Formats: sequence, C-alpha cells, structure tokens
Amino acid sequence: MSTAPTNKKEHKKCSANVPDAAGRYGDFGGRYVPETLVHALDQLEKEYEASRLDAQFQAELDDLLKNYVGRPSPLYFAKRLTEHCGGAEIWLKREDLNHTGAHKINNTLGQALLTMRMGKQRVIAETGAGQHGVATATACAHFGLDCIVYMGEEDIRRQAPNVFSMKLLGAEVRPVSSGSRTLRDAVNEAFRDWMGSVETTNYILGSVVGPHPFPQMVRDFQSIIGSETIEQSRSRFSALPNVVVACVGGGSNAAGMFFPFVELDGVELVGVEAGGRSDKPGDHASPLTYGRPGVLHGSFSYVLQDEDGQTLPVHSMSAGLDYPGVGPEHSYWKSTGRATYTCCTDDVAMQAFDALAKLEGILPALESSHAVAKAMEIASERPRDQRIVVCLSGRGDKDACEIARLKGEAFG
Amino acid sequence: MLLSNPWPLTSSLSKFMSSIDELFTKLRSENRKALMPFITAGDPDLDFTASVLQELVARGASMCEVGIPYSDPIADGPVIQASYTRALNKGIKLNNILKTLSNEAPQLAAPLVTMISYAIIYRHGVEKYADALKQSGVAGMIVPDLPVEESPRLAKVCQTRDLSLIQLVSPLTPRDRALKIADTSSGFIYYVSVAGITGERTELPPELAERVSWLREQTPLPVCIGFGISKPEHVKLLAPVADGLIVGSAIVRRMADVETDGRETTLKQIGDYVESLLTALEQ
Repeated sequence: MSTAPTNKKEHKKCSANVPDAAGRYGDFGGRYVPETLVHALDQLEKEYEASRLDAQFQAELDDLLKNYVGRPSPLYFAKRLTEHCGGAEIWLKREDLNHTGAHKINNTLGQALLTMRMGKQRVIAETGAGQHGVATATACAHFGLDCIVYMGEEDIRRQAPNVFSMKLLGAEVRPVSSGSRTLRDAVNEAFRDWMGSVETTNYILGSVVGPHPFPQMVRDFQSIIGSETIEQSRSRFSALPNVVVACVGGGSNAAGMFFPFVELDGVELVGVEAGGRSDKPGDHASPLTYGRPGVLHGSFSYVLQDEDGQTLPVHSMSAGLDYPGVGPEHSYWKSTGRATYTCCTDDVAMQAFDALAKLEGILPALESSHAVAKAMEIASERPRDQRIVVCLSGRGDKDACEIARLKGEAFG
Repeated sequence: MLLSNPWPLTSSLSKFMSSIDELFTKLRSENRKALMPFITAGDPDLDFTASVLQELVARGASMCEVGIPYSDPIADGPVIQASYTRALNKGIKLNNILKTLSNEAPQLAAPLVTMISYAIIYRHGVEKYADALKQSGVAGMIVPDLPVEESPRLAKVCQTRDLSLIQLVSPLTPRDRALKIADTSSGFIYYVSVAGITGERTELPPELAERVSWLREQTPLPVCIGFGISKPEHVKLLAPVADGLIVGSAIVRRMADVETDGRETTLKQIGDYVESLLTALEQ
C-alpha cells in the first residue's frame, strides 16, 4: 500500500524499468478491482508476459503493423506551420495515417493477437471518440472474433461516423446510458461485462489506464510510436528532438510516444490535457493539471474527484480526452518531473485545428489538435535550431460533424 | 491444515471480540445461520435509511450492510448502481451517512457494516474513515474493489481499531489464494456466489455448495454467501452450507418503490420480504 505523493517538487529518478511486480509505477498504478477480476488479470498478465518472449507472436504482430497498418508512420516536417509560428521546427509523427486513422490500431492488433493466443472468441471494448472502438472492431474482423463495444450515449451522438463504421465492421455497439454517458461509464460497463464473462471473453482496453497489466501492455504496444520517432529523427535530422508533445486523455498515444524517450534525458516530454471551457470543476478534463491522486477504474493515479471520492463530471469538445482519470505512468512521470503536463482549452485547440488544416492540408483529430496547439506555442518561444515532434495521434474526419456543430456551420 | 487465523476470542494476541465475532459465536452455538440484508444509504434519504435499518433488525436480520453510494461502482449491478445514482443525485455526503450510522448503530440489536469503494476511503483518509466508523459503533467494512494484495494497510488500520475487514472470495479464486484471503480477513468471509456483478439470479451455480464447504473447512472464520440471492428457495438451498447469507439487489430494488408506494408501504414490503427469507432460513 502506498501513500499519496504530495505536490511538492521533490523529483525522484525516473526509471523505464516499471511497473514492478505489483503493477506499480512509483506510488501509482496497482490493482483496485473486485476479486472476480483478479483471476482474469492474472491470466492476462501471464499470457502477455509469455507473448513478449514468443518470437512467432512478435513476428506476426510486426507483419501486421507493417502490411496491414502501414507502419512505419511518417515523420513529417510541417514547414508552413513552422514558418507561421516563427521559431523551432515542428515535425509531425503521422499516426493519423495508420489504417483506421489513429494510433489505436497499434494496441488493438496486439491485444487481439493475444486474445487468439488465449483461445478466447469474444472481445469487449470501451470507446470514447470511437477510434478505439473502430480499431478493436477492425482487429476483430481481421481475426474473426466477436466484438462488442460499449459507448456512452453522449459519445454516440458526437461520433456518429465511427459508430456506423463499427457496425459496418461487424461489431455490436452497446449504448451506455448510466452516469455521464461518456467514456468513463463505458469503461464501467465493460468491466461489468467482463466480471460475468471472463472465462470466454477478453477485454481490449484502449488506453494506459485500468488495473495492471493494462497500463503496461497498452504502453508497450504503443511504444512503436516513440521507437520509430527516435529512429526517424536520427535519420532525418541526425539528432533527437528537443521537445516531444502529445495529447493526454487516458494517455495511450503519449505513453507510447514518451516511453522510449524516458531515459534519454535531454528530450523534454510535454503532455497536453483537455482544458475544456475553463479551470472550474466540470469544465475540463485535466486530472494531471487540476486533480489529485486517487482511485478510479482499478488504478491509483491522478483523478478528478470531489472531497468524497466521487468522480467529477468532465468536459472536453474532444470525446477522446473527455475522461476524469489518466494512466498511472503519467502520474509517475509527473511526480518524478520526467514529463510536464499542461492543458489547452477547446478554443485554442480549435485554432490549432484550423491552422494545421489551412497551412498543411491535414485535418487533425480534435484530440491531437490539443498537442498541436501546445507545440505551436512552444515553437514560437524557441530558437529555430530546435525541433519539436508532435504526436499527431489521429485524423479529424470523424470530428467533421462535431466541428460543424461547434462552429455553427451546416454539415453536408 | 494449519489454522493461522483462529477465532479472535481464542487468540492469545487479542482479547477483543467484535460484535460480528459475537454474533457468529452465538449463531454457531445455536446451530443457526445469519441473514444480512444490504441497503443503500440515502436512497431516497437518510431518514428512510434509518427506518429501514430499524425495520430489518426488528424483523430479525442478524446484521445489516450499508452501501455507501459511489459514482463508478464497477462491482455492482444495475439495481444497486441506479440506487447509488438516486442517492448521489440528491447530494448525499459521506459525513451525513456517518452521522446517521452513529445515531442508529448503538440502538440496533444487530451489527452494521459498510460496503464502500476504496476510492472513497482513500479520498476521505484511511485512518480517518476507520476512526469515524469506530466512533459510530459500526462493526466493520467490506471494500469490494480492494483485493488482498492492496489490503495490508487497511487491514492493519482496521485491526488496531478492532474493526472487521471482510474480504471477498469468488468462484474464480484459486484455492491457495482463497486461503491467503481467509488469513487477512476478519469478521467473516464474503463468498461471491457467481462470477459477476451483484444482482438477482434465477439459478445459482451447482458447484457452489462444494466450494463453500471446502473453504469452511480451511478457516475458522464464518463464510457468508452473497450476490444473486433473492428467493426463499435460494436461502433453503444455501443455508446449510454457509454461516450466513447476504441479500442485496432484491431489497434495493424494493427501495425504489418509495417514490410510488410511499414510505410506510415500502417499509412493510421490505420487512415482509426479509421475513419470508428468514422463515426459509429457519426451516
């Protein structure tokens, strides 16, 4: 049992050799789940560990990432955006060019392959923006697995194109009408399903959240983002980036981008949360910026709760960031000072969306627009000989309807 | 089998015997079983919570479990979640619940335990929560999202205050793990009858009796079965193999009737229902 870290700036050495056997990242992580789930998590952990040493498993995953997803994703120099900001170079790690349009597929293929290895036929998943739902439905279609995706009713409304895609891919989308009807409630429903179905079902969780081993497993499957970025940086500009920026909801694209850089001390890591409308409780989704350590969804990490431990309502225009918790490794990186976390409001993220669309011909996901916004700000403050890499985690096509609504324009 | 967790009464380490230990010692000597209803605190308000507790004990409930509403109860089914949501929407606060419990507990002829998420305990403060329970006269707590690996700190805090920390065992728990849980549990062991969330079932798994009997042979702690018990037939079937039975969703579902049927009628219906289970238990 750990104690809560304080907000004091006492930076400990940050290790890449986490989590420990108990699933802890420093004080964070662990497993706060009903006893019924422990068996399932133990089984998953064991299978995952075995798969890491299984050359055939790794070869199959590598082949899928290359020939099905289209990896490596490009590292693109955003020349006009750089000129617009007038400072450091901005480079984009193009996860939006992956099959299904986001980084989520890196993880779902890995976990679906693991599902096959475990001999289970049924897969459940939660989704917020729908990107993880689509990526899970895609992986399940590829492997011939049954797929059920839990999605909050509010998110179903905001992300209609993805809901339809999931259905086309053969998945069943189950609307969640409890609580805030968003990602957090979808996670609750997926866990509930799993408690009654663990023997036949694998839960493909979409972010670096939840009980051990999910945060580690999802991070590892996403780490290809950071590993490729290191390789591409060395071949494109013979150096490492000065700053790496990624958006953070649950934190999977950021974890995958940051993790390979953890022990490369010269590289600054910046996570950008959803600042929503304001810094008032209920107006944002920034647990690392405004929250405190606590327990949510099976893990000890920064969370937005009231004084009674009840989860607070959150807001972001971006469904994928609209979540009151965050992965425990981000809390660890925050507490050790290895990464810094900030947030960006809806309005500023929307301006970044417009800039990238008009200056580079790229429609970023609203989630990724938060990272672009922060990168633009940092670039404008830094000299021209510095380089910033932004994880462009997904493409914005899915957000077109919602952006039209937010801008008060007609769609179609 | 070495019994590493003897009855607190007979332990040389502790002279203390909690009200839960006393209850089961008495029941065992009389060859009787416990019936433990579960209710949600604050649904629809704390006055009703107090009335229901009084009614349940007057009807013969051996012990009551009070669920502390939580916004993200992953271990609970739709009936209890809906009840938690109703209570939270009316602005229920932990301090007010604790106040009601401290008023009621000393007057009730049956021990009370709280069912509470670790998210709430952690935020409130582990020691502070344990102290508040102790001062209220509540006998212990069940923390459904705190598995044995994460429980040592809370177990110690409970132990030093003579509070029972009731831990759960599920049908999927391997035997060696069940023994580990039995070692760190106190008061009783909560055996989850079905792998899944709380809720009423029409059938209970056939291998349940065998598993519970095995566990009871391994530990001096009483073993009580919960999750999915709603009918007198369930009670008749399971009472012989367990030390007690826990009934939750079937009661909480009736609590929702306050809105339409009024307090008096709902109270009587809950009382009658629990009495029907008690009758089955005594048969």
